[in-house]
Amino acid sequence: MSTAYDPYAREAETSSGRVFTVTGQDWDSVVSGIAEEGDDRVVVNMGPQHPSTHGVLRLILELEGETVTEARCGIGYLHTGIEKNMEFRSWVQGVTFCTRMDYLAPFYNEATYCFGVERLLDIEDDIPEKARVMRVLLMEINRISSHLVAIATGGMEIGALTVMTIGFREREMCLDLFELITGLRMNHAFIRPGGVAQDMPPGALDQIRDFIALMKKRLPEYAALCNANPIFKGRLQGVGHLDLAGCLALGMTGPVLRSTGYPWDLRKTQPYSGYEEYDFEVQTWDTADSYGRFRIRLNEMWESLKIIEQAADRLAGLEGAPVMIGDKKIAWPSQLAIGSDGMGNSLDHIRHIMGESMEALIHHFKLVTEGFRVPAGQAYVPIESPRGELGAHVVSDGGTRPFRAHFRDPSFTNLQATSVMSEGGMVADVIVAIASIDPVMGGVDR
Amino acid sequence: MSPKEPGEFTEVTSGTEPDVTDRSPENTLPADPEQLQPEVVGVQRGMFGVRDSGDTSGYGGLVRPIAMPGGTARPYGGWFDEVADALEAALGGAGVMHAVEKVVVHRNELTFFIRREELREVAQLLRDDPRLRFEFCSGVSGVHYPDDAGRELHAVYHLLSMTHNRRIRLEVTCPDAEPHIPSVVSVYPTNDWHERETYDFFGIIFDGHPSLTRIEMPDDWPGHPQRKDYPLGGIPVEYKGASIPPPDTRRVYH
Repeated sequence: MSTAYDPYAREAETSSGRVFTVTGQDWDSVVSGIAEEGDDRVVVNMGPQHPSTHGVLRLILELEGETVTEARCGIGYLHTGIEKNMEFRSWVQGVTFCTRMDYLAPFYNEATYCFGVERLLDIEDDIPEKARVMRVLLMEINRISSHLVAIATGGMEIGALTVMTIGFREREMCLDLFELITGLRMNHAFIRPGGVAQDMPPGALDQIRDFIALMKKRLPEYAALCNANPIFKGRLQGVGHLDLAGCLALGMTGPVLRSTGYPWDLRKTQPYSGYEEYDFEVQTWDTADSYGRFRIRLNEMWESLKIIEQAADRLAGLEGAPVMIGDKKIAWPSQLAIGSDGMGNSLDHIRHIMGESMEALIHHFKLVTEGFRVPAGQAYVPIESPRGELGAHVVSDGGTRPFRAHFRDPSFTNLQATSVMSEGGMVADVIVAIASIDPVMGGVDR
Repeated sequence: MSPKEPGEFTEVTSGTEPDVTDRSPENTLPADPEQLQPEVVGVQRGMFGVRDSGDTSGYGGLVRPIAMPGGTARPYGGWFDEVADALEAALGGAGVMHAVEKVVVHRNELTFFIRREELREVAQLLRDDPRLRFEFCSGVSGVHYPDDAGRELHAVYHLLSMTHNRRIRLEVTCPDAEPHIPSVVSVYPTNDWHERETYDFFGIIFDGHPSLTRIEMPDDWPGHPQRKDYPLGGIPVEYKGASIPPPDTRRVYH
C-alpha cells in the first residue's frame, strides 16, 4: 500500500481489520487493498477536517460497497467552553461571548440571551420600539446571510461551484450592512440587555434599500440556476428524508421541520420582539427532503426581504428615538460616537462625569466595572434562528454574573438526524443530507 | 396567600377569592407549605471575592442568602392551572400522585419540580396525554448549585406543546453523592445528545441512556468542566506593562 507517509495516522493492522490512511490521490491503493482483504465492509472516518463536513465535524461511516449501513457523528472539536466563560463575566459581557457560538447567525445568539436576561430583569415591556425594530432588521438580514451560506456551501459540496460563488457574493453585501450598522462583520455584540449598542448610522437606511433592490434582482438567479436544474434535483430530491414524526421525536426545528409541511415558526407561533407586527408568511414544503429544505431557504429569503422592507420603513419614522432602555441602572451610561481619532467615545459624557457630577462618575464606574444585578431565577426565551429553535436557558443567583447560561442550539439537536437521514443511502448522499441540516459547528460545540 | 391550618377550611368566599375547594388537599398540590418558601441554594459572604486575607473593604461581614424563587400556590393564572389540573389527573390515573414536588411560577414561566424516581413516567404522560401533549423537548440543561445540600445537581428540561402552543419547564434534582437521574431518551429521543452533554459537563448519570459517553470533551478527560468546583483556568496576560489576571481570579462583585 503506497500512501503518503503520515506520522500521526499510519497504516496498521488492528483487531478489527486493516487501517488505511487516505490523504488524497491514493484511492486506488485503498481499493486494491480492500480487494485483497475480500471484505466489502469498510468503516470510513470522514473528517474532522474534511471540506464537505461544514467545519470540524467527524463522520464515522460504515459502508457496504457504496451503501451506508451506519452513520455516526463525532463532535466536540470546536468546543471552546463559552458557557463556562460566561459565568465569569458580567451580564453585558456575556453577549460578547455568546455571539461567537453560531458564527453564521451571531445576532440570534445575542438576541435569545438578551431576551432571557430581560425577562429575568422584568423589563421585557420596556424595550424601546426602535431597539425592537433594529433587532428584527438585523436578525432578518442575518437570516438571509445565513441561508445564503447554507445554499452556497451545500451547492459547493455537490460540485455546483457557481452557487457557491454567487452565494458568497450576496452574503458579502449582508456583511457590509452589518459592518456599517454595528462596526463589525461578525461577532457584533450589538444586541445588549435593554436594547442595542448604537443608533443607526447616517445613510444606513439608504444602503438597506439598495440592498433590498439588488437582492430582488439576484434572488431569481438562484431559482433560475437551481430550482429546475435536473442535476441539482437529481442530487437533492428524495435525499435526507425525515417525516414529521421523526422530526418531533428528534427535536428537529427550522427548515427541516417545515419541509414536512408543518408550518411551525416561532416568529408566528410565539412572537417576540414585535414579530406579530410584520407581514410575512411561514414557508413550508411537502417533500420532507433536501430539495424541499433548499426551496424553503430560498423562499424564506424573500420573506426576510419583506420584513426588512417593513422594518426599514418603520425606522425611517423613528429618527432620533432611543435605542436603549431608559433605566440608567441597566443602560450603558453613554451613547458612544466615533471621534476624529477613529475611536469610539462620547466627549459630552466625559465632560459630564469628569467635570460636573461626582455621582455620575461613581455610577458610570459601578455600572461599567461591576455591572447590574439580575434577580434570582431562570428564564428560557427561544427564538427562530435560521436553523430552528435557538434558546438560552439563563439562570441568575441575583448577582452581577450569569450563574449559568446554557444554549439549546438547533445545529446540535438537528445533527442527531444524520444517522436516520443517511443510513441505507449512498455515501455521496450523506453530504447532501448534512448540508440540508445546515449545521454550524460553532453552535454545535459551543 | 398564606397556607392555613386544616381547621380554617370552613369559610366560603365568593368570586375570585380561593374557597374551601381550592384549599382541599387534592387541590393544593404541592401540599407542603415548606415548598412555598424561596429555595435557598447558598450564602454569599463578603464582597469582591476576597478570602483568606484581612478585610479592608468593610464588606467582610456581608451575608446574603442566595434564594431562588419559591413554590407558588394556586391559582397559577392563565392556562397554567389547566396544565397543572391535567397533569394532576394524569398522575393520579397512573398512580404516581406525588411525582410533583412543587410548582414555581416565575416571570410568567411554569416550572414543575419532579421527583427523580418518577421523571420517566411524568415525561411519558406529558407527551401522550391529549390534554397535555408536550410532544417536543428542547433538551436538558444542567445547573450545579454546590451549596444546595442534597440537591446539588439540577437537570432542567424545557418542553413544548405544539398542539396547544404552551411551554413548561421540568426541574429534577439529585445529590452530588449519588448523581443519578432516569433517562428520558425512550420518551424523547432528541435528548440522546443532550443527556450526553449534561453528563459530560456535570457528571449527572442518566440511568437507562443507550450509550452515555462524553460528547464534547475527549473520552479520557478528567472531571466535569461546567461544575462550579471545576476551575475556569487561564493565565495572567501582560498588556503595556500591567498584568491582567485570569478571569476566575479577578475581583468579583457578589
